[in-house]
Amino acid sequence: MTLFPGVQPSTEKGADKTWKMAGVYLTLSLLLSCSLAVAVEIQRPRGVSLSNRHFYDQSKPFTCLDGSRTIPFDRVNDDYCDCKDSSDEPGTSACPRGNFHCTNAGHRPQYIPSSRVNDGICDCCDATDEYNSGSVCENTCKELGRKEKEILQQRAAVAQQGFLVKQQLIDEAKKGQEEKRRKLAELQESKDGKEDELEALRTVKEAAEAPEKEAKDQHHKVWEEQKAALQLEKDKARMALAFLELDDNADGLVSVEELQTHLELDPDSDGTLTEPEAQTMLGEAPQVDQTAFQDIVWASIKDNYQSETLPARDPPPQPETPQDPPRERLPEEEGEEEEDDEEEDVEDEDIDAEEDDKSPPVVSQTEKPEKEEEMPPYDPETQALIDVILSLSLSLSLSAQKSRATFDEAEKGLRDLEEQIRSLEKEISFDFGPSAEFSYLYSQCYELTTGEYVYRLCPFSRVTQKQKFGGSETNLGTWGSWAGPEDDKYSVMKYEQGTGCWQGPNRSTTVKLTCGTETAVVSTSEPSRCEYQVEFTTPAVCQEPKDQDPGSHDEL
Amino acid sequence: MAPVSERLRWLFLAWIISMCITTTQCVDRSNFKTCNQSAFCKRQRSVTPGNSPYRALLDTLELNENSMKLQLLNKVNKVPLLLEVSGLEGNMVRLRINELKPLKPRYEVPDVLVKEPRTVPLAVVSRDEGSVEVSLSSPDHRLVLTAEPFRLDVLAGRELLLSVNSRGLLVFEHLRQRKDTFTAKVSSAVGSMWDTIRNVFSSASKKEESSEEGEEKADDTDPTAEQTDDNKAEDGEAEKVKEEEEENEEGMWEETFKTHTDSKPNGPTSISLDFSLPGVENCLTRAPAVSLCSSGDPYRLFNLDVFQYELHNPMALYGAVPLLLAHSPRRTLGIFWLKLPSEPGWAETWQGEEFGNSHQLLLHSWFNETVLGKVLDYVQGSSEEPQTDVRWISESGIIDAFILLGPKPTDIFHQYASLTGTQAFPPLFSLAYHQCRWNYNDEEDVRSVDSGFDLHDIPCDVIWLDIEHTDGKRYFTWDPNKFPSPRDMLQGLQSKKRKMVTIVDPHIKVDSDYKIHKEVRSHGYYTKTKDGSDYEGWCWPGTAGYPDFTDPEMRSWWASMFSYDQYEGSTENLYIWNDMNEPSVFNGPEVTMHKDAVHKGGWENRDLHNLYGFYVQMATAEGQVHRSGGTERPFVLTRAFFAGSQRYGAVWTGDNAAEWDHLRISIPMCMSLGLAGISFAGADVGGFFKSPDPSLLVRWFQTGAYQPFFRSHAHLDTPRREPWLFGDENTRLIREAVRQRYALLPFWYTLFYQAYRTGEPVMRPLWVEYPTDVSTFAIDDEYMLGGALLVHPVTEEGARGVTAYLPGKGEVWYDVHTYQKHIAPQNLYIPVTMSSIPVFQRGGTIIPRKDRVRRSSECMAGDPYTLYVALSPQVHTGDRV
Repeated sequence: MTLFPGVQPSTEKGADKTWKMAGVYLTLSLLLSCSLAVAVEIQRPRGVSLSNRHFYDQSKPFTCLDGSRTIPFDRVNDDYCDCKDSSDEPGTSACPRGNFHCTNAGHRPQYIPSSRVNDGICDCCDATDEYNSGSVCENTCKELGRKEKEILQQRAAVAQQGFLVKQQLIDEAKKGQEEKRRKLAELQESKDGKEDELEALRTVKEAAEAPEKEAKDQHHKVWEEQKAALQLEKDKARMALAFLELDDNADGLVSVEELQTHLELDPDSDGTLTEPEAQTMLGEAPQVDQTAFQDIVWASIKDNYQSETLPARDPPPQPETPQDPPRERLPEEEGEEEEDDEEEDVEDEDIDAEEDDKSPPVVSQTEKPEKEEEMPPYDPETQALIDVILSLSLSLSLSAQKSRATFDEAEKGLRDLEEQIRSLEKEISFDFGPSAEFSYLYSQCYELTTGEYVYRLCPFSRVTQKQKFGGSETNLGTWGSWAGPEDDKYSVMKYEQGTGCWQGPNRSTTVKLTCGTETAVVSTSEPSRCEYQVEFTTPAVCQEPKDQDPGSHDEL
Repeated sequence: MAPVSERLRWLFLAWIISMCITTTQCVDRSNFKTCNQSAFCKRQRSVTPGNSPYRALLDTLELNENSMKLQLLNKVNKVPLLLEVSGLEGNMVRLRINELKPLKPRYEVPDVLVKEPRTVPLAVVSRDEGSVEVSLSSPDHRLVLTAEPFRLDVLAGRELLLSVNSRGLLVFEHLRQRKDTFTAKVSSAVGSMWDTIRNVFSSASKKEESSEEGEEKADDTDPTAEQTDDNKAEDGEAEKVKEEEEENEEGMWEETFKTHTDSKPNGPTSISLDFSLPGVENCLTRAPAVSLCSSGDPYRLFNLDVFQYELHNPMALYGAVPLLLAHSPRRTLGIFWLKLPSEPGWAETWQGEEFGNSHQLLLHSWFNETVLGKVLDYVQGSSEEPQTDVRWISESGIIDAFILLGPKPTDIFHQYASLTGTQAFPPLFSLAYHQCRWNYNDEEDVRSVDSGFDLHDIPCDVIWLDIEHTDGKRYFTWDPNKFPSPRDMLQGLQSKKRKMVTIVDPHIKVDSDYKIHKEVRSHGYYTKTKDGSDYEGWCWPGTAGYPDFTDPEMRSWWASMFSYDQYEGSTENLYIWNDMNEPSVFNGPEVTMHKDAVHKGGWENRDLHNLYGFYVQMATAEGQVHRSGGTERPFVLTRAFFAGSQRYGAVWTGDNAAEWDHLRISIPMCMSLGLAGISFAGADVGGFFKSPDPSLLVRWFQTGAYQPFFRSHAHLDTPRREPWLFGDENTRLIREAVRQRYALLPFWYTLFYQAYRTGEPVMRPLWVEYPTDVSTFAIDDEYMLGGALLVHPVTEEGARGVTAYLPGKGEVWYDVHTYQKHIAPQNLYIPVTMSSIPVFQRGGTIIPRKDRVRRSSECMAGDPYTLYVALSPQVHTGDRV
């Protein structure tokens, strides 16, 4: 270890200032490997590019390129950093952020960070960066240049070929696009026609349905009347029975006391039917005969009245309204309970099953009135009327049904048409690139089989992964957007919102597009958990090869 | 003395850390035992301070040039113990207590001490019927042994430094025969008989007839006979009854935790001892490790794989060093409890109200002693002083405690290093930056990460491969699809002068086609179950065996597996990482090995549990030494550790999380490890679980760059986080932090050389350098590197400034970035930006740097050094380089 003679109190960071300012902070530079090799190439110091040569004139003191300082020229490349901008050490590693220029004759010239000068690793193909590290580097520039040329040529050939294909693709896309537009217009037109047609059919249908409805309504009305009459009769009979029952002393009159024997009539349900309460029911009179009973009393007590003779059979009041729903639900509920017991864990299925079970009743509800129509016995007259109405409505129904079917069919046709229009519009609205060159990928799929998986890329739709030997498909993302850098937007596709990962994000895939004559998935990887990357070649990204050979401009 | 100057600081060195940050991320505590769920701990904790049943039999005292021996007799059960006290070179006292005649040998920790410590002669200074006073070689230091009840006081001049068993918590569960060979139900009757018998035997006198009779009866299964015996026994002394109760306590011969049953063929074997330190106020709100003041569970030292661990919690974690340090402006003391490798390790302290009681108790006991006057004279103002009481409890083994008498912090480090060795001197590259991830997917991935560092001009020395690189978690193998040509990959790294580390865990996949498994099995090297079959558990590979690393033969076989011809695909630039070596057993009790698993020599895992990881790293390091023919220094990273682990490589703080709290805690964790001898420690940069936002990642790089072991790591499920993935500005900030690390590599290397030579920690709390400055005691957000650099990393989200305490009356400090001078002592407010890493150089020091930062440390080998000399107001620096 030799101490460098004439140690100066200086640092790379303006030591003079430090020295004066604090007078206590001092940096000694101890050069252990003092390679003062100022080996200079023809006319320019090591590590200087041809274009910068004029800054380094051996005959004059050197001024740092930022102008901050001027130093004797022998301090250039003396392996000690003097300039803040590192410009005094273009050929050594002394400055922290300097750049070393290698000419690389036969290949491409290059700047490398000065920290790579003499670090024992060959960076420049002309080996000029390792002149004092003990590493033996060979000049590989010619070889590299040749290889690169080959690769570039190859690439150019591919690009050339690909570009031709791309032109075709663009033409086809243009035609396809036109074709689609044309078809869309056609469909639009035919849709308009269909809509009119449908309107006409609707009128026919409604016309056919009108008498049918009328017949049905009439039918319904007759039935309602019939039902009301029946009800009235029934009620009257009940009333008569009640009167008889209440009239305990059989004097043809119901008194307050007699009413009080029926505790269920207690209006405030406090367990006692008081005299005033009973009196209120009877109105003003102390007792009522049957007619008065029917007019005044019955209406207020019939809901609560319990027959003495038929206590069990006579249904409680308000029989009509609440009866319907329970009757329908009952079996279903029982069924549900059983199911619950068996498959409590499969909740989703249960819900489905429930929904399935529920739909039939809905249907039966609409059918029910018709069934009930046949229930009660009618007197011959009514029955005759009903029969007439029924047969009328039946024939009306037939013709209405027919027009309904025609209408429905036409409506379905229209819907199909609309669907086609929608999907066409969607396709047309896709961003298939500046010249629609990517449109040929639409509704295509491309597969790649790796060691474990089969990957499937369906551009503008989705990416999936499936185990080679069976197993279900995993969605690695559905079409999101073009995601390349601003100046090259169409080089990257992003597919998002795939199947969720355990404890992680939803799967997503980045597809990188490179120029190739074939359209194919060439590689897949998962650099980060659940974030996939797919390399995809397509002629659609091939650029027209420039008529230049980049490997040819050598300096010197 | 003023109370403030009397304040001593306690550091409990085994670390861990509170505050569940979010409830969802909490560790599942129910998987791990509390003291109450561990029979021995519960038993021990139920013993309350009071008069010790132990009496020192002064007439048995033997003094030779190495030690003083005498018997301690338990007045209750009459079992005699042998106490051996030695003075050790370097101002230490060793205290060993074992049964005088154990039924069979009790476990004594091998291999942790570097050598049998050298003793210094003791001399009896004075003696009377109730006490003995012995002088130690160092001037002024004396031991006073009081006979009844037994206690031992250590004095320096007139100052009482420490008392042993002053609270009467010496408990030594002697080995015993299991009394019930029939059924548990009849045990009480027979048990009491057995006790009578054994007591009679052990006191080696009287009535052989009666004992024989007893034996016959005991063997007799006739219930009537038992009944008779029982009646007889009831007539016995009260203490017998008491012992009978003890004998019947649950969990002595078997205990169950969750679904796991721990059979205990040796019965109760736990031990405990208390130490009192007058003048020590132990409670500091911001203690670097866990404050021992918690009135809850004792601090547990039992190596466990705790998934998503909590901060500030006394639960066990991956590693343990049973060393306790106490520091005051006057003196630093240490207690090293070499029996803690056995599970256990519950240590506890009393303070607050309880503390008052124990204090009174202490005085009270003194007044009953004949030596009282003497001792009291030495103690100044004792009634005013605070005191800390510490108690160590272990499940098995013997008591083997070292009292490190300081008096300076550096003395403690030297003393501890003389016992357990110093930090291994690491190869230079291992002090540089490490890039790790679970997992780099394949060779191409490794190549692109490697070139990513060059592309972004960020230095890096090592790329790591986690478990996925293996062929189905079979260590020493490579996944044939993802890593088909490891040699080429390693050669590629070598061409950049970079290295690789692969993971080799100690669980071995049970697979008859796997070479390692076949050999371990055929040699009989696996740890056994209590029934003698190979112990198997679940870990990464599925069913796995656990080689018995406590067997020296097995270890040398393991070491041979690292030779280049055995470890296929390995080359000279490949190094090793031992994870899961607590050992982690996914389906085992508390995620580790059953305590009744059997190791070489018939020892139970209970006896040596905490040594397992220590031995794994030892064997791996030896393997690396062997493969180079003894010429290259090894590098092995371990998760589990014990006292002495510093001799074999580096330790990291395990599976932390990408949280600001975890970033902050990395500082006290690494400092604590350093104080416990393990200088080469670090935390996963960026946090293992979860994903850091860029500002946290940048701050973590900046902090990690100034911590000893500097490695990024990330969980499999997190997004990629190589340093260049967060935009140009963040890449620049990270590059700058890593470059600062590389420029200082000569300084780090020098510090590690010093640690290797002296045992002094590389990363130090301020009080190590400024032992008399009370305001440094509680600081845990800044630290020193050696004696020269003071670092106060920015660890608060969105911080706009930090306040650094610059210590040292009459000293000066220089901002290393601006060279600005600051007068000490002062609290200096430093405004910060995202690029700030506040670091100061102490006036009077010299720091060697290499300012030509290159892509890896090896590339910088021939570069010039730059010495940064910071002058102090005093002329003389006295610094070494």
